[in-house]
Amino acid sequence: MKRGNPWLWSAAVLVYAFLYIPLIIVVLYSFNDSRLNAEWVGFTLFWYKALFNNTEMLLAARNSLIIALCASFSATLLGTMSGLAIHRYKLRVLPVLVFTPVAMPEILLGVSILLFFLQVLNFTLGMVSIIIAHTTFCIGFVAIIVRARLQGMDESIFEAARDLGASPWQTFRLVTLPLIMPAVVAGALMSFTLSIDDFVITFFTKGVGEPILPIQIYTMIKVAVTPEVNAISTLLMLLTLVMIIIAARLESNASSEESTKPRKTVK
Amino acid sequence: MIKGEMKEKQLARLLVSGPPLLFLIVFFVAPSLIMILTSFRFPGEFGGLAPVIPPSDQAIGEYGFTSDAYQFFFSDFIYTEIFLKSFAVAFGTTLICLILAYPLAVLIARSRKHLRNLMVLLVILPFASNFLIRIYAWMIILGPESALSHFVNTLLGAFGIAPVTLLFSPFAVLVGMVYVHLPFMVLPLYTNLEKHDPSLLDAAQDLGANAWQRFWRVTWPLSLPGVFSGSALVFIPVLGMFAVPDILGGTGDILIGNLIKDQFLGTRDWPFGSALSIMLTLAVLSVAGLTTWFARSATGQRAI
Repeated sequence: MKRGNPWLWSAAVLVYAFLYIPLIIVVLYSFNDSRLNAEWVGFTLFWYKALFNNTEMLLAARNSLIIALCASFSATLLGTMSGLAIHRYKLRVLPVLVFTPVAMPEILLGVSILLFFLQVLNFTLGMVSIIIAHTTFCIGFVAIIVRARLQGMDESIFEAARDLGASPWQTFRLVTLPLIMPAVVAGALMSFTLSIDDFVITFFTKGVGEPILPIQIYTMIKVAVTPEVNAISTLLMLLTLVMIIIAARLESNASSEESTKPRKTVK
Repeated sequence: MIKGEMKEKQLARLLVSGPPLLFLIVFFVAPSLIMILTSFRFPGEFGGLAPVIPPSDQAIGEYGFTSDAYQFFFSDFIYTEIFLKSFAVAFGTTLICLILAYPLAVLIARSRKHLRNLMVLLVILPFASNFLIRIYAWMIILGPESALSHFVNTLLGAFGIAPVTLLFSPFAVLVGMVYVHLPFMVLPLYTNLEKHDPSLLDAAQDLGANAWQRFWRVTWPLSLPGVFSGSALVFIPVLGMFAVPDILGGTGDILIGNLIKDQFLGTRDWPFGSALSIMLTLAVLSVAGLTTWFARSATGQRAI
């Protein structure tokens, strides 16, 4: 096997260019002193200033933040439970229910929850329906991460805890939870990012009330394209970048601690 | 004593699996069932649904259940055509993603661990930034004022061909679809390729296989599970996508997703929208089933 095959390298460089050039353009144009996304005129921070004076946009950002916090909290709780249950017990129904929303096209989930809320609950669509819809599809992502962590662990740790007289709750609180914590946090971060970025499901479950960030961005793109879109895009990219790096750190820390951590906790 | 322990175990099991199960039954299973029911109802006069309890001056039959929505779908070829077109777009996107992702995945899998992690992170990063923004970026690049448009049209002009608009075309939709879904192809492929034993390639080389033979007869067959899971991860979401055609496509580039969206948020014909969603679900299920079956038979053969 040869390392540094020039064909592979050039193909890879092209793909990376394809992935990154669009995003770099967006970032660059957010500093462009022109109404048009065409020619570089000069450097300005005007679009950021315009963004911070846009009250509708700020409200939308606040709402999206609230939704993402609530959805990621409930999804982490339910997703961790699902991950544990699927790993430990032979369940038939739960895995199907947990993983299907992840695998199917988002539009189907959005539409069915829209119908459900309007017909059965006779409920006005709004923040609550968005939070519930986001929770439904985030549970699966958390469960996948938590289960993967559990699969890599030595079962005898839990048996040891039980042999030493720990109740199931004690075993969970003192042994299992500390061990799966990195996965739980990574799942929470993932749910948060998924929720704050989600457009399709939000689009169907939002109702007519409060402004929500992805919807505001969509309207801006469809109706009036100003470089303000570039500015908010750049800020959002920065936010996700930070979250991803934290999640990646946690995950790599978790895997490198694998050998030492169990011994410490089960003394 | 043992009985008490059993009870405790049962209780623990119920406490752990009960809440997520309950939540998903209420907010995932029930809505899906409602959608099936809705697809067999009559649409209301002002959108939504006709009432179940009829006003006295109306014929009762009109408010029962009906397969009108499904019949309507097959009454006009235009809907079948949109379905077929969506399949074609999904297939094209999957194929292009596979061609772009494969060399990259091979390179990542063969790199040293440190570089490998960095390269994977570099694939995930753009995928983590907002989905609308990634589509919007192509609006800038393909827009009539963009450098790319100017370049393409100057080039075409030199050959005496009339200028073209890149944005709002099937081409733009395909580019957007590929861009948004590419990481879904790279990651499963890389995960699969990483597990291959490099000594197999050395053995093939020792036995006189050239680079092409080594790829075609060793790497490719072994990577089929990765190819199938990546393809499913790209094909299925593309099938239901409406935002990309909405933003990058012209008015003529409608896919299933756009059709469904319009039934719920535009025309407000819930039964027809639900029927379309059910048919999309069936399409997705058959694609998933076929992929699994295909993957199993293709990889099973290798094992023998």
